[in-house]
Formats: sequence, structure tokens, C-alpha cells
Amino acid sequence: MKDFARLFTTLDQTTRTTVKVAAMATFFETAQDADKLWCVALFSGRRPRRVITTTRLREWAAEQAGIPLWLFEESYPVVGDLAETIALVLPPPASESDWPLHHWIGELQRLSKLDEAAQKAGILAAWDSLDRTERFLFTKLLTGGFRIGVSQKLMTRALAQATGQDEADLTHKLMGAWTPETTTWAALIEAHDPGADLSRPYPFYLAYQLEDADTLGAPADWLIDRKWDGIRGQLVLRGGTHHLWSRGEELMTDRFPELGQLVDYLPPGTVIDGEVLAWRDGPLPFNALQKRIGRKSVPKKLLAQVPVVLMAYDLLEQDGADIRDRPLDQRRAALEALTADLPGAAPLRLSPEVTGESWEALAAVRADSRAHNAEGLMLKRRDSPYLSGRKKGDWWKWKVDPLTVDAVMIYAQSGSGRRANLFTDFTFAVRDGEGFTPFTKAYSGLTDAEFREITQWVRRNTLQRFGPVRQVPPVLVFEIAFEGIQESPRHKSGIALRFPRMARWRHDKPLAEINTLADLHAMLERYG
Amino acid sequence: MSGVLTFTEAGIYCPAGDFWIDPWRPVPRALITHGHADHAREGMGRYLATDAAAPVMRHRLGTEIDLQTTPYAASTRIKDATVSFHPAGHVPGSAQIRVEVGGEVWVVSGDYKTVDDGLSEAFEPVPCHAFITECTFGLPVFNWTPQDVLADQINAWWGDNAAAGRFSLLGAYALGKAQRLLRLVDPGTGPILTHGAVENTNAVLRSQGIALPATEQVTPETDAKARAGALVIAPPSALGSAWARRFKPQASAFASGWMALRGVRRRRAADRGFIVSDHADWQGLNDAIRATGAERVFVTHGYTGQFRRWLADQGYDAQVVRTEFDGESLDGSQVE
Repeated sequence: MKDFARLFTTLDQTTRTTVKVAAMATFFETAQDADKLWCVALFSGRRPRRVITTTRLREWAAEQAGIPLWLFEESYPVVGDLAETIALVLPPPASESDWPLHHWIGELQRLSKLDEAAQKAGILAAWDSLDRTERFLFTKLLTGGFRIGVSQKLMTRALAQATGQDEADLTHKLMGAWTPETTTWAALIEAHDPGADLSRPYPFYLAYQLEDADTLGAPADWLIDRKWDGIRGQLVLRGGTHHLWSRGEELMTDRFPELGQLVDYLPPGTVIDGEVLAWRDGPLPFNALQKRIGRKSVPKKLLAQVPVVLMAYDLLEQDGADIRDRPLDQRRAALEALTADLPGAAPLRLSPEVTGESWEALAAVRADSRAHNAEGLMLKRRDSPYLSGRKKGDWWKWKVDPLTVDAVMIYAQSGSGRRANLFTDFTFAVRDGEGFTPFTKAYSGLTDAEFREITQWVRRNTLQRFGPVRQVPPVLVFEIAFEGIQESPRHKSGIALRFPRMARWRHDKPLAEINTLADLHAMLERYG
Repeated sequence: MSGVLTFTEAGIYCPAGDFWIDPWRPVPRALITHGHADHAREGMGRYLATDAAAPVMRHRLGTEIDLQTTPYAASTRIKDATVSFHPAGHVPGSAQIRVEVGGEVWVVSGDYKTVDDGLSEAFEPVPCHAFITECTFGLPVFNWTPQDVLADQINAWWGDNAAAGRFSLLGAYALGKAQRLLRLVDPGTGPILTHGAVENTNAVLRSQGIALPATEQVTPETDAKARAGALVIAPPSALGSAWARRFKPQASAFASGWMALRGVRRRRAADRGFIVSDHADWQGLNDAIRATGAERVFVTHGYTGQFRRWLADQGYDAQVVRTEFDGESLDGSQVE
């Protein structure tokens, strides 16, 4: 555990990419195979399940620290992280230990099968033989909340340095549904046949937000289609099976069982990139799809109510061959040929091309996006290969401008983690007759300096406290931007927003001029 | 109910002696625990402080202030009250103030820490009936790194940076923290540069006989290149400023009790955070209160609500007193 704790500390203490990569590469060169595998798993979001309820952990930590539970609970919001709070309050360890990382993860798995008294004894013994950083990491693993400030891309780069393998190959190897329990370092990283796994997806290519279309050259160089408002999905058809992957590398196959029919319509060795959309004679609004997203298995009634299709826009594998290096035009032609003769009942659509003589003309098409339940346009360079990750220049998302309202802050709550001790989570209200009606929360969009200034203000202007929430007088006005609006009987305002955030702090806007509840309902009529 | 001390709009007041302690509004007579700006303010008719606190106070408040000084532990009679100053271990010259009226003893802690930092006069517990204590870090998550471990951490950091040709920028309060760190670092590692605010305080403390390693103040003429690998000590607010950007390449660190919290450390966007404070940690606060033998405890700045409840749980008659002291500010704005 000491080498892993050292790695964590180095990563935590620097903002320099080169230092982070070097530290990870050293770990991958020196640690035991089982530890390396767990490190890759943890750094790619494959966390062990939570073993013990956090309620018990809080009680045991408080007891061990000799403090009442209420004092532990009061300390937690100041620290902003449960595992860190535990690591900080516990007395210094009675002994030292240096078991490897995989030993401690094995210990978690062993504890998960025991009764509560044995679990408690095991955890207290662990805490008492680990130093503060090791305790923090062990407790993070216990609570199932292990996250680290290193992108998978950086980790893959370090892995490439340490193993001498190609970064793209490694990226591909790391995708899919593996866990350290189902594979080994040798099988995952060192073995040579990446195609063996029928389900393995390709890394998604991600688009950047476009600022200015005039920098792109002639519109004819670009393949343009709508930016559909669904869930990005990669459909992998190989050997008579189908797998559907999300952008977060999660398998969504069982959530959208209707896509299984495509095994009968398309040849094996086909991988399609597209957007899963709720669909009835055209795309349905995103909130229809939302009913399907949360369900791991889907009842028949819902399948009939909210059917989905895959809106296809790229072909990554054809007849079992990786064609990502071919220009987009060729991939698109192959996709068109593949989908040309599909019957209307097949849950697959080809995303239609959008054309325009000039960027002005295309801007007009883009402005019409909401009428098509789309978020804007996607612009892809016709001669570009399908890259992995986010690389600037070939793919752009040209989103329609967000909707905005001016609103006043009425409640504030402090954040967690990096934002502990800062008021960053606000509730906003619009005018409603003589009073104010809350309609949304927002957490992002301001600078750290602005959050600090607001935090000072909230401390001085608190009217009432409700636990961690402070009520403040309606004074600070913000422009709230959002992507969509829908009806919501659960909320007092009757509406719910999609992706609300603070576009700016309107120091210039008097309270009398903020938007009203009637304005929001007019927007609901128009865009809901 | 009358007490030895009462709490007024202007600050902590002694009716029997007609004086205030660390007042935040102008009053005729002020007893001052130490020279930080939230405790030693301008505009008082007369000041009383320790001999050792006097040079910094004159430097900050002006030589024309009416300042009477006293050695530690010496009794001074002010009307019907007897007062004496006792080391608080916070910064050089800092004191707890003991006030006795008719056999009842109250002590105002000012800011304090119980560990000996090797620079300030070490904290001494003063038995009393009522203790007015700060609690800047009055939660059980604050437990300071031992000073020898801290010294090793800072020296290793500076050494690594110097070996890689990087400057080491260390953000620390100009009075107390900066000099404490100066005495912890190994001057053999390389040159030590200081911000003007730090160097001015260095000069005052050196002139009163406190030994510090050689330092060089950064001026517009300073040739940074010729001092590659130097340690640069500056107030926290100077880190990330145009002033600090002249030192390239650099690694930066803050030295503060708040660095115990990972979230705060990451928010400050420095490479490192060293956990070092001139305030008492959780253990220190509890030890200090116990050592006074006091039954009544008044808690001032910090996590007052939580700390009061904890003390009440322990059987103390504990109350919160609202003050305008800042303690160690969380976001590093230059308040001392």
C-alpha cells in the first residue's frame, strides 16, 4: 500500500502532467502485477462495490476517535469528504504495515462476507495499521467512492511508457466490461489478440464546441448533420451477438433490447456510432428517453410507450475490419450502403445530411434545431479519420444558443471536495406576483473568485439555516442558462430545466427586472 | 451578572480596570495580546503590550502611539484590577492576558498554540476561573504535523526543486509564520529571498535579537536568474501575482493549518500545502483549556458553535462570544 499511497500523494500534489505520467509509469514498472491491474482498474473508474454502509463507518470512526457522533457529523461538511474526515479524526496508528494494494482490496472482499461485528473488528484493525494517506485511500475504497484527478488518457500514456506498447492499442484493450476479478495483467495488457473479445468497443471520438464557423473554410468540406438530443451509443455486432456501449464505456445492451433485432438485419463485424433516441415517427423529446435511461431492464409497457432507435452517423468496423483510418466520406458511403435497404421496422435510422450554401444559411438551419428536438449541428471534416478521444479540428459541435432567464438567489449550500467551505450550490427564484418562486438549482459557471465573493456575502447575509442550507435575502441576480424546459408537477414552479448553470452574475440587473414565473411558462409553451 | 470581563460593542472590557483587551473600536485604554492586525488596531488612546511585542506594534501602528510595555509575568495594577501578560506561543511577543479582580481570575488567550515553535516564547498555561479562548481550528479534524516532520517535508521539497533548477515559492504570513519557517529550513540548500512585507518584519525581529538566517529582499532590480533554486517567502496573497511570476520555473506551496484539508489545498492551486499553523490544533485547544483548571470557558473566533457544544459535553460552563477577530483566514487573504 505504501507505493500506491506514494503514487497517490505525488498525483495529488502536482498540477504538472509530466510529473503525473512519470509517477504512474514508475508504478507500472515496479509494482506487482495484481497491484498494477487494480491501479488501472481504479484509475479507469472500475471501483470495488461499497462494502459497508457509511453510517456504520461514521459511528466506528467517531468511537475510535473518542468524539461524539454529532461532532463527527459537524466536521464532515468542513472537510467535504467522508473518507478524509475519517482519516483526519482517527488517532495515530498503533502499528505499521505494508501489505500490497491488492491485499487490502482482498480484505474488503473478505469483510463483505462477514457479520457486522467481524467487519467492525477488521476495519478498526486496518485503520490502526495504516498511516493517514493509506487510511484515506482504504476508506475511499470501502465507501466505493474512489476517484482520482487523473484522466484515463494520462494513465494510458503512462502505461504506454511503462510497457512500450502503442497508446491507441492500450486504449482499446482497456475498454469493455473487464474487472480485476475477471482478468489478469497478462491477459489484459500483455496478451496480443485484442479482437478476441466480441464485445470490445472502439474509443469514442469526441467533438469540441465551435466558437466561430467562419474559421472552418468552405461548408462543402464538411459533413453536417443534426446534433441529436439522445444518448451517444456504439453498437457492436460481432459473431451473432450485439453490444451497446455508452460514451462512459458502460454496457447499455439490456436497457435497449429492441436494438437486438439488428443482428438479423446487419452483417456480423459491424460497429456503428450513433445516438440512441426515443422515436415515434420522429425523435421524441429527451425527457421521454429519460424514462428508459434509469431502467436496467425494461417492462413491455414502457417498450411500447417509448420505443428507441439508433440514429447512425458513422461506421467504424465493416466486415470485421477496423475502418477508422478511412476518410469520413468513405465511411459514410459504406454506412449508407449498409442501411439503404433496411425495412422501416428496423430500429436504425441514418442521420440525414444537412446542407447549406454558406455558414449564414447553415446558421439559420441551426437556429431551427429545437423544432427538430436537436441541440444544434455536428460538423465533421469529410476527409478526417475516426480518432479517439477529444482532438481539436475535425469534429465540432455547433450548439444552438442556450435559453436564459434572469433570476435571484434565495438559498445557498456549500459544496463538497474541492468546493468544501465555499458556497457553490444555489437555489434560484423568479418573481411571482409580490413574492418569489424557486424554480432551479445551479452549481457551475462562476469563477473561483466569484464563488469566494459570494461565500463572504452569504456568511454575512444569512437569514436562516436549515442544516447545511442558508436562506439569504433575494439580492444577487444571475443569468441562468439551460438547454431545455419541461413540465414537472413535482416542482412548485411546475417546470424543470435541463443542464441549468450560471451564465453570469448580473451585477447590473436590478431585482425588479428579473424574469417572472409567467415568463417561464411562456417558454414551456414554446420549447417544452 | 457582573464579571471580571464583559463583552461590549468595542470588544472585551474590564469594568474594574476600565480597559479593553484587543478592542476593534477606538477606546481610551487597550491591552494588546499581539501585533496581528485583527488584535492590534489603530486609534486607541493608550496601549499596553509585552516588551517583545512592542517593536512590531510600533512598526505597524506608528512610533507615535502611546505604548506602555511590560515583561512577561509582571503584575500591573490598573484601578481595581491586576493584570499580567503570559506567553501564548503564537508569534514573538504574543501573550495571554490575566486579569484578577477581588480574587477572581479571568484569562484572555488571544491567539495561541501549545507547541513550541522554536521562535516564539513557549505557551504557559495560566490557572484561572474563566478562560476566554480562540478556537480557529476547534474541530477534531485539525491535528498538526510535528515540527521536526514538517521541517523535513519543507527541506525535501526545497531540495528537490533546487536540484531541478526550480524556485520554491512559499506563502506564509509575514509576522510569525514566515520567521518560524525561516528557522526550520536548511539555509545550506540555497539562497533565501523574501517579499518586502516579510523582510520588513524580519528586520524588526532581528533588531530585537531574534536570530534568522540570511535573507535577501526581492526588489525590481533583483536578478532572479542568478538565484535559481532559491526559496522565496512571501505573503499568501503574493503567490500567483505578477510579483511571483518573475520566478521561473517555480513550484509553489502554502503553509497554513487549512492545508490539512485536501479540498482547500486543491482549491488554492498551489503544488503543495504544508500543514503549519500558529494556532492550537484540536488537541492543543483541549490540553490548554484543561490546564487552566477553568470551569467557565468563553469561545471566540473559529468553529465556536461546535466547540462550545463539545466543551459543554465535557462538563464546562461554555458560551460563545461574538468577536471581530479573524484567526487564520481560510482563503489566504492577508489578515493576521
